[in-house]
Amino acid sequence: MREEDTMMEGHTHSEQRSDQKSSGEEQEYRSLMRKWWRAAIVSVPVILVSYPNLFGLGDLLPMGSEQLWWTRLVMGLLALYVVIRSGGQFFIGAWESIKQRSANMNTLIATGVSAAWLYSMIALFWPQIFPRPEMADVYYDVTTVVTALVVLGSALEVKARGRSSEAINKLIALQPQTANVVRNGKEVKIPLEEIKIGDQIIVRPGEKVAIDGIILSGGSAIDESMLTGESIPVEKKKGDEVFGGTLNKTGSFTLLVTKEQKDSALANIVEMVKQAQGSRIPVQKVVDKVSSIFTPGVIIAAILGYLVWFNFGPQPGWVYALVVAVTTLIIACPCALGMATPMSLTTGIGKGAENGILIRSGEALQIAQKLETIVMDKTGTITEGRPSLTDIIPLGSFSKVEVLLITASIEQGSEHPLASAIVEKAREEGLTVVQSTDFNAIPGHGVEGIVDRKKIYFGNLKLMKEKNIPLDGFQRYASSIADQGKTPMFLAIDGEPGGIVAVADTVKSDSISVIRELKAMGLEIVMITGDNERTAHAIARQVGIGRVLAEVLPQDKAENVRNLQKEDKKVAMVGDGINDAPALTQADVGIAIGTGTDVAIEASDITLISGSLKGVVSAIKVSRATMRNIYEGLFGAFIYNAIGIPVALGVLYPFTGILLSPLFAAAAMAFSSLTVVLNANRLKGLKLKFS
Amino acid sequence: MDWIVTIGGLLLVGVIAWFFWGPKKGGSQAEINASGYQEAKILVKNGYNPSRIFVQSGKPVRFEFTRVETGACDGMVVFPDFEKSATLPAGEKVIVDLPPMKTGAYDFNCQMGMFKGKIIVKN
Repeated sequence: MREEDTMMEGHTHSEQRSDQKSSGEEQEYRSLMRKWWRAAIVSVPVILVSYPNLFGLGDLLPMGSEQLWWTRLVMGLLALYVVIRSGGQFFIGAWESIKQRSANMNTLIATGVSAAWLYSMIALFWPQIFPRPEMADVYYDVTTVVTALVVLGSALEVKARGRSSEAINKLIALQPQTANVVRNGKEVKIPLEEIKIGDQIIVRPGEKVAIDGIILSGGSAIDESMLTGESIPVEKKKGDEVFGGTLNKTGSFTLLVTKEQKDSALANIVEMVKQAQGSRIPVQKVVDKVSSIFTPGVIIAAILGYLVWFNFGPQPGWVYALVVAVTTLIIACPCALGMATPMSLTTGIGKGAENGILIRSGEALQIAQKLETIVMDKTGTITEGRPSLTDIIPLGSFSKVEVLLITASIEQGSEHPLASAIVEKAREEGLTVVQSTDFNAIPGHGVEGIVDRKKIYFGNLKLMKEKNIPLDGFQRYASSIADQGKTPMFLAIDGEPGGIVAVADTVKSDSISVIRELKAMGLEIVMITGDNERTAHAIARQVGIGRVLAEVLPQDKAENVRNLQKEDKKVAMVGDGINDAPALTQADVGIAIGTGTDVAIEASDITLISGSLKGVVSAIKVSRATMRNIYEGLFGAFIYNAIGIPVALGVLYPFTGILLSPLFAAAAMAFSSLTVVLNANRLKGLKLKFS
Repeated sequence: MDWIVTIGGLLLVGVIAWFFWGPKKGGSQAEINASGYQEAKILVKNGYNPSRIFVQSGKPVRFEFTRVETGACDGMVVFPDFEKSATLPAGEKVIVDLPPMKTGAYDFNCQMGMFKGKIIVKN
């Protein structure tokens, strides 16, 4: 099968696949639980007869009696049944790995359980080979109980592990399976796989959008929270882009399909999250080193422990040595070590995705928690990125409305971005702009023309000076406007000062609170912009940023980030434009605001789909919490093994007389890996709400 | 009698150390297909079979994984050196493409690092 085919299939059947996965896990859980019950039920009589005196059966089964021998034989066969029916997968797994000359948890369990069973069988059939009769004891209880507990532990682990990857399954399940497509003028319900680019889909209130496209007619408020984490529905009208998986709330519209399902936003997000969840974090390298020698190391430790107890331990040496070796094999838990990082990473990255934060790799996550400085691009990141009209100051005998009407009329022919802010404002105010004549744009200065038979100049101070307009009226306002970070433009009507119009790129509504929050988290915020010092500082003051890098040419942004890194700081760059891409790449962590260009997103380590700066706070919170969780898991797993294995080997025995029972070891092993998974699941409860 | 056990135990330690950590032989050579990829099929069942794959340096590599079990353990394969991973749904063929490599050895493993494989790149 070609790669494309595989990918297509992978995406078109994504929901089915999610179901398959969860049902596969469910099946595995059920099968493990069946195995656990089988082993548990058999374990009860096995334990009873293992300690006949303890349970008042001493008279029925006296030591050395024939009844006892036969009872033990039955126990041995029952234990064998448990090993095969409930613990068979450990032996298959162990054999498969031994064929490849590697060892894993299965190897340890299989060796431990079979050592206990074989010893018992030899003791039962050939007791004469043991130097002392009391050494010929049986350990069928170890065989059955260890199998039962380890199987139970695995079952609970499968259950908990399923929960850690819930986030991605939820994402996959967002996409509806069918859509109402217009074919030959008729509306027909067809499966998602059959929808093609160019199809028209009708979406009604309460329905999910099937696939990415552009609204052809109609409009609605659409809940995009599943993709962006933003809970407020977004108003969409003709020509706007809508995304598959989002929920149509109020109106009906017809959608023109523009993307194949495999290229849709949702499919891309799912793919990105999957890749990130499977990625490795640098700390994992140490773990990999340890786990590559761990299992054979434990087997060797168990043999050496056996020899030490056999030669130097109390009598009966055989028995102590066997108990120590089996306990050591069983208590060691390579699983806990191996699982700690991927479990937390899967849960943490999933948690981010649920909130519209795409963390692209484990490495990005690990660095993000160490960040010290955050560089933010001004335009489009801290500010809206679209200038809007902020002040109208009429001069002389003119009114505000006249100033707005005249400036909008003259500017409607202009292509300057500031012009559209003025024209838009006039439309908002319900003014009808008039046609200008003799329109002329004077580059670097402004525009001129005739409006309503009056000669109009509109532009900067330079233009006013050149046209000999008296400046006294203008100047007292001009500098205070510039100090507020706004751009003043001057209007002259028939050679007289007519008014000042101020245009500014407005600060996003949440910028101030986000920057306050980031500072409270101990981060230094730096603003970077191509704008002049005055405007830049004015905006920085408004949002509470102390450090400003102004008049930075786009190509120098990366260099500025590098300079900050030379201060020995871990630097994140937050940006949205094409010109931010090199700086995003240069930064230790590049954070792209999702409403930005694809180039910026491609160059980034973290993407904030919602376009809100709040995502920066959440992204850092997720990475800090996830890394803490990983360290907790790893610490727990290391400590567990570092204490458990020596204790199982009997290091405490000479001082305290404590020697672990293999039964205890089995319980500890089963629950240590479960604890790691449960710890990772705690991340799901992480609060990302903005304070 | 006791010394037999001790000597036997020590020998066993040596055998185990050699068996798991000693130099490994065997493995399978990836074959070059029509599109220029060096292709190898890997069966995933309690590990990777074959787990050692020989490829030539400087040519792209394509692996076809087929996982024939439902256990969650090996549901994902990770290539840490290439920042690449793939989910392996039970019973489906999954293609993983890797770029041309320099000579050396590159590991791949399940997400937990429990099952391991090696790509050995030769000239």
